[in-house]
Amino acid sequence: MNKTLTSRLFGPKAWIALSAFALLALVIVPILNLAVPEGNALHISTYWVTLIGKIMCYAIVALAMDLVWGYTGILSLGHSIFFALGGYGMGMYLMRAIGREGNYQSDLPDFMVFLNWKSLPWYWQGTEHFLYAMLLVVLVPGLLAFIFGYFAFRSRIKGVYFSIITQAMTYAAMLLFFRNETGFGGNNGFTDFKRILGFPITAPETRIVLFSLTAAALIGFLLLGRFIVTSKLGRVLAAIRDAESRVMFSGYNPLPYKLFIWTLSAVICAIAGALYVPQVGIINPGEMSPANSIEIAIWTAVGGRGTLIGPLIGAGLINGVKSWFTVAFPEYWLYFLGLIFILVTLWLPRGVVGQIQSYFSKQEKRA
Amino acid sequence: MTFMRPAFLALLALAFCVSSPTSFAKPAPELVLQLATGDNDAKVAALYAIAGSADPEALPILEALRDDTLKSLGGKQAIIYDGETAIDAITGAKLAKVPDELEDVISNNRVTLALEGALAALDLISPDKATRLAAVKRLQDSANPAILPLLDKALSVETDAQIIKLLRLTQAAAQLQHADKTVRLAAIATLGASGEPNAKQLLAALLDKEDGKFKETDESIRVAAQHGINAINSHLKLGEALGGLFTGISLGSILLLAALGLAITYGLMGVINMAHGELIMVGAYATFAVQNLIHTHAPGLFEFYPLIAIPVAFCASALIGVLMERLVIRFLYGRPLETLLATWGISLILIQLVRTLFGAQNVMVENPAWLSGGIQVMGNLILPYNRLAIIAFAVMVVAGMGLILTRTRLGLFVRAVTQNRQMASCVGVATPRVDTIAFGLGSGIAGLAGCALSQIGNVGPELGQSYIIDSFMVVVLGGVGQLAGTVYAALGLGILNKLLEGFAGAVLAKIAVLVFIIVFIQKRPQGLFAMKGRFVDN
Amino acid sequence: MNAAVTDKKAGLPISGAESAFDRAVGLERPVDITRLDTSHKVILYLEAITVSFDGFKAINNLNLTIDRGELRSIIGPNGAGKTTMMDVITGKTRPSAGTAFFGQTIDLTKLNEAQIAHAGIGRKFQKPTVFEELTVFENLELAMKTDKGIWSSLFFKLSDEARSKIEQKLELIRLKEQAHRPAGLLSHGQKQWLEIGMLLMQEPLLLLLDEPAAGMTDEETERSGELFLELAGDYTLVVVEHDMDFIKQISARNGRVTCLHEGSVLAEGSLEQVQNDERVIEVYLGR
Repeated sequence: MNKTLTSRLFGPKAWIALSAFALLALVIVPILNLAVPEGNALHISTYWVTLIGKIMCYAIVALAMDLVWGYTGILSLGHSIFFALGGYGMGMYLMRAIGREGNYQSDLPDFMVFLNWKSLPWYWQGTEHFLYAMLLVVLVPGLLAFIFGYFAFRSRIKGVYFSIITQAMTYAAMLLFFRNETGFGGNNGFTDFKRILGFPITAPETRIVLFSLTAAALIGFLLLGRFIVTSKLGRVLAAIRDAESRVMFSGYNPLPYKLFIWTLSAVICAIAGALYVPQVGIINPGEMSPANSIEIAIWTAVGGRGTLIGPLIGAGLINGVKSWFTVAFPEYWLYFLGLIFILVTLWLPRGVVGQIQSYFSKQEKRA
Repeated sequence: MTFMRPAFLALLALAFCVSSPTSFAKPAPELVLQLATGDNDAKVAALYAIAGSADPEALPILEALRDDTLKSLGGKQAIIYDGETAIDAITGAKLAKVPDELEDVISNNRVTLALEGALAALDLISPDKATRLAAVKRLQDSANPAILPLLDKALSVETDAQIIKLLRLTQAAAQLQHADKTVRLAAIATLGASGEPNAKQLLAALLDKEDGKFKETDESIRVAAQHGINAINSHLKLGEALGGLFTGISLGSILLLAALGLAITYGLMGVINMAHGELIMVGAYATFAVQNLIHTHAPGLFEFYPLIAIPVAFCASALIGVLMERLVIRFLYGRPLETLLATWGISLILIQLVRTLFGAQNVMVENPAWLSGGIQVMGNLILPYNRLAIIAFAVMVVAGMGLILTRTRLGLFVRAVTQNRQMASCVGVATPRVDTIAFGLGSGIAGLAGCALSQIGNVGPELGQSYIIDSFMVVVLGGVGQLAGTVYAALGLGILNKLLEGFAGAVLAKIAVLVFIIVFIQKRPQGLFAMKGRFVDN
Repeated sequence: MNAAVTDKKAGLPISGAESAFDRAVGLERPVDITRLDTSHKVILYLEAITVSFDGFKAINNLNLTIDRGELRSIIGPNGAGKTTMMDVITGKTRPSAGTAFFGQTIDLTKLNEAQIAHAGIGRKFQKPTVFEELTVFENLELAMKTDKGIWSSLFFKLSDEARSKIEQKLELIRLKEQAHRPAGLLSHGQKQWLEIGMLLMQEPLLLLLDEPAAGMTDEETERSGELFLELAGDYTLVVVEHDMDFIKQISARNGRVTCLHEGSVLAEGSLEQVQNDERVIEVYLGR
């Protein structure tokens, strides 16, 4: 009936593709990594598992970005803060899980011993419990996003203004986390994790479980995103993007709508961050840099804004190329990334998926 | 050397005690002879005497003693022998032939100290102003009643106002323990009026207690001292406040320079230029390049290199700005978010380009002599020349920009295009050209900011990144499209930032300022100077 | 008098537009439109409204009352304050002085745009604003009078009744063919019609129409005139227009015309009276 661009993307073919992806990520990769012996041509090394797991985390972030930017027209240059906060939440648990096996054999994390602290700061209390730490992963970024969004949207800050303010927020948070006194390991952040829920964190089995969880989260968030953008709420969001004043004069208060999608997007980002940290093994304030936030936007733009699936492809493409580039020609990576920013905005404004869609709709018209 | 200082000054003081305050004759021959031939006690006594006489003609002899060229000839004659000629130290006559039996003068530590004191005392009446200034500063820190005669003497001949002021302060410090109470009170008043932090210490010493009792028994002295301390405290507070204000204004002027270009490109043209910081960086590197070229090819001009760098930095950044506008930005007018992303891409390329050309490390940009150092306004307030120059420079750039925008045809066109693009185009303004020129102008001003910044901070590929957010905050706070707003916002943010730094440290101050801006924009989304009316939303 | 206070006095349940989330956000103070009190026949009171921008008075001591069911035409030269007046009524601009009441009880100066829309005032902009990326059908669906909180939007299902309502309006605005095309592809006149259709989907009591005939063909213009005349009575309409033929058409059935000039009412009455008013002639023809 209402054949919008989104609904076409989620036709039967898309469902098949999604199921294939689920099968691949949840069954085939684990088997090829764990059951197929090393040296066999079909073996997937743990390096690749980790790399793909990491990229899937980025893809979740790009999806979250698409919900606010692609569908609601709010360009956030502060999404790395939510990602990093989620990561720090997981990191706190992982630091506590090291127990007395750190360099200083103390109950406190090493960096606290180094700073000569005698006891845990109040906000570290209870982080040894996994579930509580996971609650923090969701609540802290969610609350930050809610409060920030409430004030920003209430005073109708939008467009570029909003982008710049979010960038300033990220910058401030990064400065804060760089300080040793803040209690998150300063410059170095958290690293040298030993185990998660009792399992050794570097073991291939643990890696595969984390990988599968990430894939499941990606599929879950994709379905959630689809449910939202195809609902009437999704159409209200698109309407806010196109003509916010018309939305208001139609009797909708845009504030709760924007706040809902903004906070949801932040929470999704935070969960991606929490999945990212145990796989990568480190979290530091560099993750919050404004540069990282803008990179998220370019993943989304490359893949195609407002297509849900595009940002996933964009995140995969750019990060795949990045991990190759930074090994092969590290000094040219920034040139390449810079060019991508320019070329995509100039010649591929709708992104890869958007371009393919418009190609197909032209074909349809001819037919 | 520092630990010897009190001892040295005590000896010096002693010297003045024994000296006669009036004699201004040549050093007495017997004193000179004592220096060369006497035992250590005699040498010290002689040095005290010479210092007390404050006779400039004794200087060569003291220097000879210091340089070990003063010799004794058979314990009867003092000879200065520099390795070639021998001179009779008393008569000044050159000896026909260098005697064979010259003996070195052996000085112990006590003599060396006394010698240094005597040299310092003689410096006070040196004809060279800088030497006198240095000498009085050396004496100032721990003045003692013993040096009063010398100070009197120096004051009687001194003409330089600054040195007289310091001498009077030293004199007052020395008079604190004077026998005459009226002299003491006058000295306390002088010190109290000085506003100097070390004068405060001297006065505070008068209020010291021992075993719960004041060391100073005269209550009126204590009251006067307390008054003096209060006066100095308020003076110091004023100095601190002015110092804070100055650093605030200085930071404000830096923010202003960084944001001014953005006020044109973003404020007037609505282009979100994320590469603005990198244009600043390009200006700084242009300055660095000019510095190096002049250093290798025309070292004589080195003092003036910043002046040469100003137009070069402007042109370098303006050129890049024009290229950006022609090649990328003009295709994106009216799509601010896309412009943001594209210019961010440009900024990445510029950063990497500079790394490729100049290396990833910070480079050294030196101040020429006239930009190093500063003016000491008060005891605790020094205004560095480079900061003063930047404030003046910022004023000039603002004035220049104001003139361009209000008095020239280009400015008229820019304002016209800003207010109504279609209409401007209809009346024959070549809007694309105006866009390019205006963007080039804004970029060039970023280059000027880079030139200025190179004089006070590190120059590295990431220089621009640290300014871009601040610059945007200034423009947003000031009100988009409002030049006056940009000026007020930059100064206000600079002062506010420095004020908060006093309480909370640099990082928290910065965070507080960002929070302040976010809250402020809640109240006034259009910034300090709002454009009101029905066109605001469009 | 404040709408929220009267709600409390009456002890009526607050309308369903408010969800827990909305309440948490703290802005939604819905107005129960079934209780719109037009007992004195008047639906809109503007009393001594003044709006100034930087000292310039866009509206200066404006007094205007609109009766329920009326079709009122507003004319006036550029800058007379017509659009600003609509901004005040719809909550986009707050007056610096004066009061604006919807019915006897609802103080418009205390509500935001969405609340005012919910109270039953619909507005069509000078420049047609529709949701360009959404289809025509979706545009109408969004405008439809319903619970506009976010949870009900998230779990919204289009009922058959609602669908037939939308299709009925599609017919009325003659966009049935274009129902599933993005609204951005419509012509200017079609967008005007779509916007009018969206207004009607809101089922407002008062419609504010800012230059509805602009960009329409003569035929379309005439048809909208007919539509407006048809709507008058059930709805109250305030039409701002420059096109005097159109004004003539819609004020044919005892429609009143108000002429604004420099932010206040210059003349009011039948079209003939206004057209013959000395001051109006002076304003339009110059002195």
